[in-house]
Amino acid sequence: MMRFILPLVVFLIMAAFMYVGLGLNPHEVPSPLVGKAAPAFTLPQLHEPSRQFSPQDMKGKVWLFNVWASWCTACENEHPVFLELSRRNLVPIYGMDYKDKREDGEVWLRKHGNPYTLVVSDAEGRVGIDYGVYGVPETYVIDKQGVIQHKHIGAVTPKILDETILPLVKELQAK
Amino acid sequence: MIPEIGHFALIVALFLACCLGVLPIIGAARDNAVLMGAARPLAYGQFVFLSIAFVCLTYAFVANDFSVLYVAQHSNSQLPAIYKVSAVWGGHEGSLLLWSFLLAGWILAVALFSRHLPGEMVARVLGVMGLVSVGFLLFMLLTSNPFERLLPAAADGRDLNPLLQDPGLVIHPPMLYMGYVGFSVAFAFAIAALLGGRMDATWARWSRPWTTVAWVFMTGGIAIGSWWAYYELGWGGWWFWDPVENASFMPWLIGTALIHSLAVTEKRGAFKSWTVLLAIAAFSLSLMGTFLVRSGVLTSVHSFAADPKRGIFILSFLVVVIGASLLLFAWRAPKIGLGGKFDLLSREALLLSNNVLLSVAAASVFIGTLYPLFMDALGQGKLSVGPPYFEAVFVPLMVPMVLMMGLGPLARWKKFSAPELAKRIRWAFASAVLIALLLPLTMGEWSAMVALGLLLAFWIIASTMLSLRERLAGRGSFMQRARGQPLSYYGMQSAHLGVAIFIIGVTLVNGYETERDVRMEVGDTLREGGYEFRFNGATEIEGPNYMAAKGHMTVSKKGKLVTELYPEKRQYNASGMPMTEAAIDTGWLGDLYVSLGEPIPDSNGAWAVRVYIKPFVDWIWAGCLLMALGGVLAISDRRYRLHRKAGAVKRGAQDKIGMGNILATEGKQS
Repeated sequence: MMRFILPLVVFLIMAAFMYVGLGLNPHEVPSPLVGKAAPAFTLPQLHEPSRQFSPQDMKGKVWLFNVWASWCTACENEHPVFLELSRRNLVPIYGMDYKDKREDGEVWLRKHGNPYTLVVSDAEGRVGIDYGVYGVPETYVIDKQGVIQHKHIGAVTPKILDETILPLVKELQAK
Repeated sequence: MIPEIGHFALIVALFLACCLGVLPIIGAARDNAVLMGAARPLAYGQFVFLSIAFVCLTYAFVANDFSVLYVAQHSNSQLPAIYKVSAVWGGHEGSLLLWSFLLAGWILAVALFSRHLPGEMVARVLGVMGLVSVGFLLFMLLTSNPFERLLPAAADGRDLNPLLQDPGLVIHPPMLYMGYVGFSVAFAFAIAALLGGRMDATWARWSRPWTTVAWVFMTGGIAIGSWWAYYELGWGGWWFWDPVENASFMPWLIGTALIHSLAVTEKRGAFKSWTVLLAIAAFSLSLMGTFLVRSGVLTSVHSFAADPKRGIFILSFLVVVIGASLLLFAWRAPKIGLGGKFDLLSREALLLSNNVLLSVAAASVFIGTLYPLFMDALGQGKLSVGPPYFEAVFVPLMVPMVLMMGLGPLARWKKFSAPELAKRIRWAFASAVLIALLLPLTMGEWSAMVALGLLLAFWIIASTMLSLRERLAGRGSFMQRARGQPLSYYGMQSAHLGVAIFIIGVTLVNGYETERDVRMEVGDTLREGGYEFRFNGATEIEGPNYMAAKGHMTVSKKGKLVTELYPEKRQYNASGMPMTEAAIDTGWLGDLYVSLGEPIPDSNGAWAVRVYIKPFVDWIWAGCLLMALGGVLAISDRRYRLHRKAGAVKRGAQDKIGMGNILATEGKQS
């Protein structure tokens, strides 16, 4: 008798899991990089290509690393959030212009304003591969030891900034 | 006005489906001929009204009626006409309408082609299918109405996803859905048998052709989907173990097991409760596939919209349908009793182990697909299960299955003698081993995986030839004997050969494909696999609703021109989405596959270009085609045609005989 009820029991357990699954968001994928050292790179700066930047330069500081591009419309949406943040001087924001022509990036920043302490240019997207960039914009929170503590995929909204990113930045700065 | 007619037709169809789901089943329980007789007219009516709804939505697409929200979201005035029709099922709401429409079509077919079945069986089968239809129509009307208006109307539509603007996608969803929905017939027969308590072999005989038809559609649908992914996604892959692919693969595996199990139940009266369970499982997995695709609980390239309200509805529907069926199974199955006895060494035992392996394979795909969801639900974090898992569990399961697949058609029912069978197959097996060991040497590097794959494939081929020889050699003319074999026998062999061809394709493409990802200036030449690929640059062209860069590549071998390839990189006007159109030179021995990556900035017309050489890749789909052909042959068998004429008379007699007697006669018949 038991063996005939078994399929029903197995199914009901699965259904319970699916019910719980409905409340979860599968798109919220944590990056395997979270908790690991930010991949090293050396890239030319957007405004002064002769000068270079590397994440090692940032040891001892908590900073935001924002990947954007002039061809990315979602970046325009999040841009005011970063402009506002840069005015508050809470945390330095470093930008990476991803798979973009240098001139286009410069024009875009002139047009929309520049919240970045410094912007590097990853014209070929090589560094983007190391960081696992699969949709622009993406934003990383990197701590004083150079470890990625958080990754946000997609546009940063004021809500995400105030509720997730800034509390984390404060906590890391206090360490 | 037209969309409102469509909406109204859907409501009428729902009403008819409710009647269909209730009246005939009550009629069958109370032996009320009037209520049972209502089943057929209700089935016809439901089909008529769903056709009206379907035509109305199609009309809205063709007439560019952007005051219908669904049309505005999935079409555009520039969209070529054929894609305006296929855009009907290009999104969530329309897919559901297609689902319901096809279900109504299956119900109609059952109503039309069931004259030889007893009235109460027909009433129950149509009733169960009507209940399934109620679920889908309610879902559509409550959460996903395709006729919802958009006021004021949009000036132009957002266009169909460019990925879907492809001939493959015009036929892939309807075919696949025909398969999904078709399993509802086998399911309805199983439930009807459980309800009626008639668990003899007759229900298996009735549902066999239906199951095979559904399986043929499903095989074709999956194959077309895979072929589409191969040439459209620009990566040269043909199977990604994506959750939605898995959602179609699981019912296919169970459906394959079901076909074999039904054969045993019909011929030998064995595995009865197991067959019922497989019939329930095949359709449950089809429904679950819908849930997985539509609810957004899993991430996939296929998911249209993630809406929790829809998810809750489908999940409740699943719980009601599957839960009730399994409850019914738990209640009635213990009374089914065991069927014909068989030995450990018998065709039954081989088929049973194949069944178990197919089911375990489906279960492992299921676990791999839902594992991320389970882990997430248990708070264990997010993760994804990739091809390495599926390949690691799948191959070891398929090896013994394929080995037994060769033995099955050669072994005797009830009991066979192992030494005698071994003696019969020794040359076939030895030649398969020999070919598997030597053939890779002619292809390039020898590898164990390639040899194993070839061994499996050639074992099937050799055992098929052995079976043909045993059947066709002997007295009388060859042609006479060949004609004497039932079509279903050829169907089985064709499907099995299809598996062999498929395995050859998979093995050789995995073993010997080459891939180059290079930057090519205009005039650059790439040497790969004995071919020279010369890139002649790319030119701008304008399509009906896109702009594209069209590359030109000349391929030559030893200085002789082989072919010219024109890969495209398109940018669709309405959505701005870029699309890769790979250029493929298809051949018996393999494909040359070229796709354009990105233009190199600040260069003189240089592009990132991907070049693949894919030996024997088309054999993968040729194998699927042979499998589907096997199914078609099996249902064309003359016993199904004869049966319809003789059925009515025979039925009347059988109804009066007890169950035990039928079992006995069934056993003797085969």
